[in-house]
Amino acid sequence: MAEWTEKDPIVSIQDVHKYFGELQVLKGVSLDVMKGEVVCIIGPSGSGKSTLIRCVNALNDIQGGVIKVRGIDLTDPELDKLALRKRVGMVFQQYNLFPHKTAMENIMMAPMLVLKENEEEVRQRARDLMKKVRLEGKEDAYPGELSGGQQQRVAIARSLAMSPDVMLFDEVTAALDPETVKEVLVTIKDLAQEGMTCILVTHEMGFAREIADHIYFTDNGVIVEHGPPATFFSEAKDPRTKEFLSQIL
Amino acid sequence: MAARQTRHAIPGLGRTATTDLPVLKPLSRPVAGPTATEWLAGLPWWTALVLMAPVMLWPFYVQAAGKFTVITAFGTLGKWVPFLFMSGFLFNILISMFAMLFGTLAGAALGLGQVSKFAFINRPSWFFTQLFRNSPWLVILFIVLLALPFEIVIFGFIISIPDWMKAVFGLSLPIMANISEIVRGAVQSVPTAQWEASESLAFTRRQTMWRIILPQCFKRMIPPWMNWYAILTMATPLCSLLGVEEIITLSRQAMEAENNHPELLVPFYSFALVLFFIYCYPIARITVALERRYAVKL
Repeated sequence: MAEWTEKDPIVSIQDVHKYFGELQVLKGVSLDVMKGEVVCIIGPSGSGKSTLIRCVNALNDIQGGVIKVRGIDLTDPELDKLALRKRVGMVFQQYNLFPHKTAMENIMMAPMLVLKENEEEVRQRARDLMKKVRLEGKEDAYPGELSGGQQQRVAIARSLAMSPDVMLFDEVTAALDPETVKEVLVTIKDLAQEGMTCILVTHEMGFAREIADHIYFTDNGVIVEHGPPATFFSEAKDPRTKEFLSQIL
Repeated sequence: MAARQTRHAIPGLGRTATTDLPVLKPLSRPVAGPTATEWLAGLPWWTALVLMAPVMLWPFYVQAAGKFTVITAFGTLGKWVPFLFMSGFLFNILISMFAMLFGTLAGAALGLGQVSKFAFINRPSWFFTQLFRNSPWLVILFIVLLALPFEIVIFGFIISIPDWMKAVFGLSLPIMANISEIVRGAVQSVPTAQWEASESLAFTRRQTMWRIILPQCFKRMIPPWMNWYAILTMATPLCSLLGVEEIITLSRQAMEAENNHPELLVPFYSFALVLFFIYCYPIARITVALERRYAVKL
């Protein structure tokens, strides 16, 4: 197998099939993400978007096709899931912070326990990350004391602390108040502009149009249409995409 | 009148609300929560006085029957009270504490075994949990008493096993099984999202369990754990059937020493009852209070 180089896609998804029992949720999905690209996956509920990105860090397994992250083959039966997950950060819809740990501890845990890094270095990095997600002063707050938007930003910082190559965002603003959505989107936008490779499942069409390099529209387990935002929104050809966009925009 | 009618028309206010839609009823019982303790804690404090009434009133009845005087009955019990308390009841407490200690340690291990992802660990753990959870305590005690030798030989040293140690062992088995269920229930009550979040941060399963899951459910385990301690304490008189010299055995011996007057039965056993009530009632109250406190913040 050829070594991964920067010219290859950092995430390569080829003809992926996924079943939950009898139910087939992904029916041959293929997409490539280059390093530094921001990719948005949109589509109606139940179309398999979340399942797809959960497959990228092996939270879900696949029954057909191939997924490679930086050349690591996820279908390899000997796959080192931990090695993979050190490279792929994930942010969830419900934040999923550890409720018994402060914001700082949430961020510091994985680098210290998993990467075995020096506590002082990790602490400094965690402070910088808190600054980056604009939460200075909330270092010692517990998740229960933070708003949804603040918790989500801590969750983003927590994933970033592992210095991943790819960030996955699974409908990260879907559970937030309209007012707090923006602060989370700004954080993601900062990241994208710094060159982080991001795959986002989102319902925020305006945001997708603004930051995405490429947009994929999925329906019923397949990618129906894709393209750069400039053409995707104005020149959608597939009737399902058109209908979806007309309902949302 | 109009207002009254409006009020009457609102379902749930004026009359009972009805619907044919599926309704999510409030959870009336915690998964592994107390039942016996809840009932005990629900009793008002003066229950102790009611329980004591036979001790107080029985002598009057007996006096009326003309056999025993109040003074004799009280005097007889009074004479034995320090002995029954110091040598009897405190021994019950000691047995309960040892049984709880071993039961908790073994139960914690068995509970973690139940949530293991390896079938060769979780299947046997499940089996032993169910076995000891669903067997009568007395039967377990008898088996332990008869199955264990009265002495063991290690490297030529003869170590004798007194009956009370066997009783501790026997009582710790059902406690172990129930603690095991508490641990399993508590671990499974933590949302799977917490597992996924830890997994996505590349935590190992062991790290996830010890750093993320267990710290979150530790508090939730305390009330049911205390509940089982109260139940265990109340079960320690079972040991008298094995000849362990705890309060019930000693009460019987004391009554024999007092020529087995049948009139002594109620005062003596009521005294034991009151001691157990005074010890277990506060535990039950604290359990229910803690349960309420921890139930709010999940």
